[in-house]
Amino acid sequence: MVMDLYAENILDHYRHPRCKTRLPSPTVTHDEVNLSCGDAVTLDLLINGDHLQEIGWEGGGCAISQAAMSLLSEKLQGESLEDVESLKKEDVYELLGVPVGPRRTKCALLGFHTLKNALRKFHGEQSQGWMDTVESGAAHGN
Amino acid sequence: MLDLPSIRRQFPILSQKIDGKPLIYLDSAATTQKPQAVLDRMQKFYGEENANVHRGMHVLAERATVAYEHARVTVQNFLNAQRPEEIIFTKSCTESINLVARSWGRAHLREGDAVVLTVLEHHSNVVPWLQLKEDLGIDIQWIDIDDHGHLKTEMLDAFLKKGNVKLVAVTAQSNVLGVRPPLPDIITKAHAHGALVLVDAAQSVAHHQTDVQELDCDFLAFSGHKLYGPGGIGVLYGKKEHLESMPPFLGGGMMIQEVHQDRFTPADIPQKFEAGTPAIAEAVGLAAAIEWIGQYSWEEIEDHEQSLIAAAVETLHVIPKITILGPGNGGARHGSASLTTGALPLQSGCLSFVTEGVHPHDLTEILGRQGICLRAGHHCTQPLHRRLGITASTRLSVGIYNTEEEITPVRTAVIQAVKKLSS
Repeated sequence: MVMDLYAENILDHYRHPRCKTRLPSPTVTHDEVNLSCGDAVTLDLLINGDHLQEIGWEGGGCAISQAAMSLLSEKLQGESLEDVESLKKEDVYELLGVPVGPRRTKCALLGFHTLKNALRKFHGEQSQGWMDTVESGAAHGN
Repeated sequence: MLDLPSIRRQFPILSQKIDGKPLIYLDSAATTQKPQAVLDRMQKFYGEENANVHRGMHVLAERATVAYEHARVTVQNFLNAQRPEEIIFTKSCTESINLVARSWGRAHLREGDAVVLTVLEHHSNVVPWLQLKEDLGIDIQWIDIDDHGHLKTEMLDAFLKKGNVKLVAVTAQSNVLGVRPPLPDIITKAHAHGALVLVDAAQSVAHHQTDVQELDCDFLAFSGHKLYGPGGIGVLYGKKEHLESMPPFLGGGMMIQEVHQDRFTPADIPQKFEAGTPAIAEAVGLAAAIEWIGQYSWEEIEDHEQSLIAAAVETLHVIPKITILGPGNGGARHGSASLTTGALPLQSGCLSFVTEGVHPHDLTEILGRQGICLRAGHHCTQPLHRRLGITASTRLSVGIYNTEEEITPVRTAVIQAVKKLSS
């Protein structure tokens, strides 16, 4: 039997998303859209010295994209910037804990893609394209 | 009455099971499945007739050329075109429309001229014209829809009165709402104001008779794979006088009479527009598909498919939090009768819907795991989805091989999926 993409953990994060709120004064804000399906995420990061003090987001779309953003924000809240920067797409798959097929790759990685480009913006760098995120190994900073 | 069991037996792909459940294919608007007759014909071509067409003197070249040109005549008869040379083989409906935009458009349109589109159009009948807008400075004018998805044709009257409309490019059947614009009315009006009409028949061609002489359209495009034929083959019909006035689209072999170091003379139509080795087996497969569908009457096909769409409306409209887009919404209140006025069905081939709080990709993923194939997304109609105020929808579309027994399980499956995804 194939493992269910819509596992209870995913549905729980979809129905009750964590950290889903805009921050009053973020250090950096970035939004990304998956144009092929309209999934959207706006991400706020409050960076304090060498750690991510607070993360907040707003968004809409399918259960996979929204649950992944929720799981990701829960994990990264309060983490060191070094850990946040070294996050890989495989870590996102691990967080989701369900098999993500090629059809849903961009759903699963929308939050991760937004995070990476938020960090690039924080460092004064150009956004990277979807191909770089989907094909990438390590996250920015390596 | 169509013999559905016999029809279904001719589509080997339909008999499989997905995770123990019967495959229910309700995605024919994206592509239709292919009957054994088409598969056999292409196999026979490659097994017995394959060679490049034209200018070969050997026996296989002759067989291939005869088969390819027979396919052209088959398409000509299917569309009731006057002449075989009015049929151009392309790789897709998209390429057919691009051919008209790049060849006719560049030769005949100037800055300030207008092309009229409708918000129902597929991107393939939008982007080629937007490219001309960028390149030539032409205007694009859009006919809007009313709340039931029907065109506000009075807008066309207003556009035509301005006197700068050179072309109206309109779908024969929406790939999202299933509505069918009043083509005879549109064509008569456009011609009265000196504008040509291109019909995108991609969605209508498998569901209704197409008669280009009766319609009097100037161009008509469709693709083989939505007509139970193979992929990689499309058709452009154009009136001879227009095709002859147009420069070649692609340059290369086959499309020339003479080539010198500093000039060339293009071939006559249709070869002028068929540069390079064409999709020969696919053209032959398309002809087989046309011959296959020709054994059933359009009346039988329309009756059958209308009952499927009516069943789909009945099945879906009772689902909580669902909204059927376009005319199906009215149909839900008044029963299937409102889907038809006179002989012309108002909604055909497909219907689309949204479920509050559930993204179409989640819904179709869950249904797909039960073997129920629906399609989700913007269906290459972002202007229409923006007009409807949504980003994506779920589409149910039917073909000649579908049964009402396949529609019924969709209700329970959608209700369960919505329950699963909603808090």
